[in-house]
Amino acid sequence: MVSLKDVRKIYQMGSEKVRALDGVSIEFSRGSFWAIMGPSGSGKSTLLNLLGCLDRPSSGTYTLAGEDVSQLEDDDLSAIRLKYLGFVFQSFNLISQLTVRENIELPLFYQGWEPQECAARAIELAEQVELADRLGHRPAELSGGQQQRVAIARALANDPRVILADEPTGNLDSATGDHIMGLFGELHKLGKTILIVTHEDEIASWADHRLHMRDGHIDRID
Amino acid sequence: MDTLIGLIEFMTNISKFTRSVRLGIKTLLLHKLRSLLTMLGVVFGVGSVIAMLAVGTGASEEAQSQIRRLGSQNIILHSVQSQQDQSSERVRMSIYGLTYDDEVRIRETIPTVRRTVPAKLIPHDARVGGRTMELRIVGTTPAWFDLVERELIAGRRLQQRDLETRANVCVLTERSARRLLATETMLGNRIRVGANYYEVVGIIRSETGGTAGGVQTPDQEVDAYIPLSTARERFGDIVIRRSEGSTERSMVQLHQLVVEVDELENVESTAAAIEQMLQRFHPRGDYRVSVPLALLRQAEATQRTFNIVLGSIAGISLLVGGIGIMNIMLASVTERTREIGIRRAIGAKRSQIIGQFLIETIVLSSAGGILGIAVGGIIPQIIEYFAGMPTIVPMYAIVLSLGISVGVGILFGIYPAIRAARLDPIVALRHE
Repeated sequence: MVSLKDVRKIYQMGSEKVRALDGVSIEFSRGSFWAIMGPSGSGKSTLLNLLGCLDRPSSGTYTLAGEDVSQLEDDDLSAIRLKYLGFVFQSFNLISQLTVRENIELPLFYQGWEPQECAARAIELAEQVELADRLGHRPAELSGGQQQRVAIARALANDPRVILADEPTGNLDSATGDHIMGLFGELHKLGKTILIVTHEDEIASWADHRLHMRDGHIDRID
Repeated sequence: MDTLIGLIEFMTNISKFTRSVRLGIKTLLLHKLRSLLTMLGVVFGVGSVIAMLAVGTGASEEAQSQIRRLGSQNIILHSVQSQQDQSSERVRMSIYGLTYDDEVRIRETIPTVRRTVPAKLIPHDARVGGRTMELRIVGTTPAWFDLVERELIAGRRLQQRDLETRANVCVLTERSARRLLATETMLGNRIRVGANYYEVVGIIRSETGGTAGGVQTPDQEVDAYIPLSTARERFGDIVIRRSEGSTERSMVQLHQLVVEVDELENVESTAAAIEQMLQRFHPRGDYRVSVPLALLRQAEATQRTFNIVLGSIAGISLLVGGIGIMNIMLASVTERTREIGIRRAIGAKRSQIIGQFLIETIVLSSAGGILGIAVGGIIPQIIEYFAGMPTIVPMYAIVLSLGISVGVGILFGIYPAIRAARLDPIVALRHE
């Protein structure tokens, strides 16, 4: 479903070559729930960027939904992200001048949905994350947990196959974090492939599998 | 290339486009003061262009209509006293100007001349009862009234019969009639000029007269028109002008000769032919040829020059306005780096990011343009009210300004938009 084969990512930092990913091969099966762990500089962020089609590997192949996306052009990568992927970030990354509803509608807008359909879908998603009464609010008027729920609703709007989350609870207290992880658990039950980058064991314990990175390699899987 | 195609696709999808415009307006309204200040450059640029064009067009329209009133198909000949004549002794009689023969020669030998209208101009006191005023007695032919095209208020014009019978009749201009006859019934009254009485048979509307582009209009406010034959008989060719104790005597057969040409395109060649002919018979140069058409052309050329100057000023002010907009948009792109990253991560294509920022700039500059048109519409009104200058806001100026302000938006918006689209989504997402 999502598979990497001998993927390398090499950055040129001045005269020095940094091997952020050095031959990573792994397969995430459809509907699985993974935590990607590792100390900073282990390559987990680079891995997430590659999995999220925000970046291209220097070599190796990345297959997503049966398609080799490792060397696609920028526009095609955008289309892949829009079709298959949903992002949840540590700092929520909602657009501050848009309302909750408009934030949730964003992927639909880029998919070219009609306004009425967008609105209906946004309401449905807001209900799913229990924020139906906050549709007209701006992100700044919401608590951190609420903002992250909006972000999850937005990530779900395009009905993605894979949800990529980067430290989704990093800015939240533990109770709120648990609530958010509960939501991911539900999505997992709905059959989404979920990949969460975290360095907290507690968060990682929600996942079925844990992938440990070290120095650009896969250290171990458990 | 793909980005360009994507951009065109994005801009031509009406539903998406209107939504993007609405979003653009919303975003701009978040920073009302900033957006307003950014717009000001375009507002004043467009406003001053329209105002200047309005004043320029108004002035040139007036000049052109004055010249047109002279008749673009006419050539106007005047008798002028040559310099050497004026400096010579007062007692001598100066003999100068166009002659009856000139008229006949012009009419008979130049085939493109349709007709000629001669005029003798004699300033003379006129009396009705106790009232006296100086009129300009114009001895002319009925064709005069075809050329000047003044509205007949009452009675009739001069007729061929008046000319043949040397009738003592006159047609007054409205202004002369009012001053001379006051409240009395105008028609049928007799005014006394010198030793003779003239019956008022008609009254025509008077124009303000004056000069148009350096040419004396043929008619004046206080004219009395009498048949040329009558004028020749009663006044002869000698005009005596008494001023400050000295007496000035001059002998002039015709003071003015209006030549009507058959076709517009023959006007210039006919004028040249007349000039050539007159040169032969008037070596002293005691005449002047004015061609309203040439003046009209000149006025049009002046207007064109004026427009080019205006265009340059407009170009500079709009350039400054555009740079202001670009500056703010670049700042806006930096400020919204994170937003761009988010949109790109969600799946927005580069072309869609370009579209978003471009639309914002175009909305900004078009709004500035519309405000500028309003400003440009008000300023001429104020000028007209306080300075009394006629102004016309030309339609093309409005269309042009709107077009230009949209153009400014595109021109100065494209670079910030491209910069926004070129941002690496990963870097943009990490931006604080």
